[in-house]
Amino acid sequence: MATTYFTADHEWLRVEGSIATVGITDYAQEQLGDLVFVELPETGKKLSKGDTAVVVESVKAASDVYAPVDGEITEANGTLSSDPSLVNSAATGAGWLWKMRLADESQLAGLMDEAAYKAHIG
Amino acid sequence: MTGNDTRHLPLEDIHVAAGARFGAFAGWSMPLTYPAGVMKEHLHTREQAGLFDISHMKLFEVSGPEAVSLLNRACPLDAGALDISQSKLSFFLNEAGGILDDLIVTRLGDSRFMVVANAGNAVADEKHLRALAADFDARVEPLDRVFLAIQGPEAWAALSRAGIETGSLLFMHGVEPRNNWFMSRSGYTGEDGFEIGLPEADARDLVAKLLGDERVLWIGLAARDSLRLEAGLCLHGQDITPETDPASAGLMWAIPKDIRASGAFIGADALRAAVERGPAQKRVGLKPEGRQPVRGGAALFDADGNPAGHVTSGGFGPSAGHPVAMGYVVTPLAKSGTRVFADVRGTKIPVDISSLPFTPHRYRKG
Repeated sequence: MATTYFTADHEWLRVEGSIATVGITDYAQEQLGDLVFVELPETGKKLSKGDTAVVVESVKAASDVYAPVDGEITEANGTLSSDPSLVNSAATGAGWLWKMRLADESQLAGLMDEAAYKAHIG
Repeated sequence: MTGNDTRHLPLEDIHVAAGARFGAFAGWSMPLTYPAGVMKEHLHTREQAGLFDISHMKLFEVSGPEAVSLLNRACPLDAGALDISQSKLSFFLNEAGGILDDLIVTRLGDSRFMVVANAGNAVADEKHLRALAADFDARVEPLDRVFLAIQGPEAWAALSRAGIETGSLLFMHGVEPRNNWFMSRSGYTGEDGFEIGLPEADARDLVAKLLGDERVLWIGLAARDSLRLEAGLCLHGQDITPETDPASAGLMWAIPKDIRASGAFIGADALRAAVERGPAQKRVGLKPEGRQPVRGGAALFDADGNPAGHVTSGGFGPSAGHPVAMGYVVTPLAKSGTRVFADVRGTKIPVDISSLPFTPHRYRKG
């Protein structure tokens, strides 16, 4: 059973076992506007919480997406290389950014659930 | 989100009602995008007609018996050679020949001119022009106007339906079609279009009529930037600054030949010396390979890794379908097709020097 968590930086994590799929929220994609490029991470890259994992580029600006927890990249969403607009049209589905193996599952306790995130964005 | 000094557009309520997302630009709270989004707004402007609120820009009326002399001192311009209703791109230069601002000057009458200045420089421009005016029998009057731009192939037809005939007005000409109105066939997108300065009440009426036309959409500052970048047009503060002169910026075409040789404008000696020396760097178009945008501020290198220049504006060109940028490179590399490399977060992205514009201008010249 998957559990979905949210961060104050407008990311979502869907955790199944020790693997988290990470993306940005619908609120975040709306703020960014039309995306034209996603700089994806290499598989195997080890990240600490707060490291830049992905850079998403809109027509106007580049924005960092940070690793919400420690872990190792197991897969990047290669579809986004040819169709970055998936992040706009399906932010919480086909527009996922990367999957990572969690290094410390206890870090999940510091994240928000959907109700808390909704309250966060007001 | 912004300081107390932030200025607000007179029509802000209309933009709020249209669902605009706002952001700070040059001291103003400006609509960045509307619900359609930057990509659709950009493409709509090229295909139909985009409406822009550019009231952050400033109109000055310069008049008086010595208005021509004042402008010839302030700008590398032969103001007296302009036909009535003719507009010209010009500059305020500093004594070193650097560009303080770029302006559009339109001759309204024998001794009356309209000067349109950039938002970020409007206060300094007014001070500069007023100080110069002390030596001439001329007046500088900042006008309190809403300033709208309507751009795109359907712009003239939309204005016509709104009751404004643009008939014989050609690109880079401006007229006063109604009391306290100024309308020029000009813009910042590379498309045919118009810029109209008018009193707020008239503007509200015109906007309502234009938005009743299905061909017309509000366009925000984000698409204004991608449109002008594709069109190869400079943004002051980025692509041209007080540290760049018209020669390195590739803008000498805006300065008449006899004025280059003998004009008594501020910065004339320095500009002549710069032309004589030849610019060390030149402004060029930059086409990054692949899909990744290269942004303003990125450093450029030649094939051997030597510094070659820098990017001043960059983003994605929705009509071009690829990233577009402009910047300065050392003169020997400033040739179309030359490959340089942009440093983007530590990765070297291949970038080809490209001729400007990226999308052909479609001005109505005759």
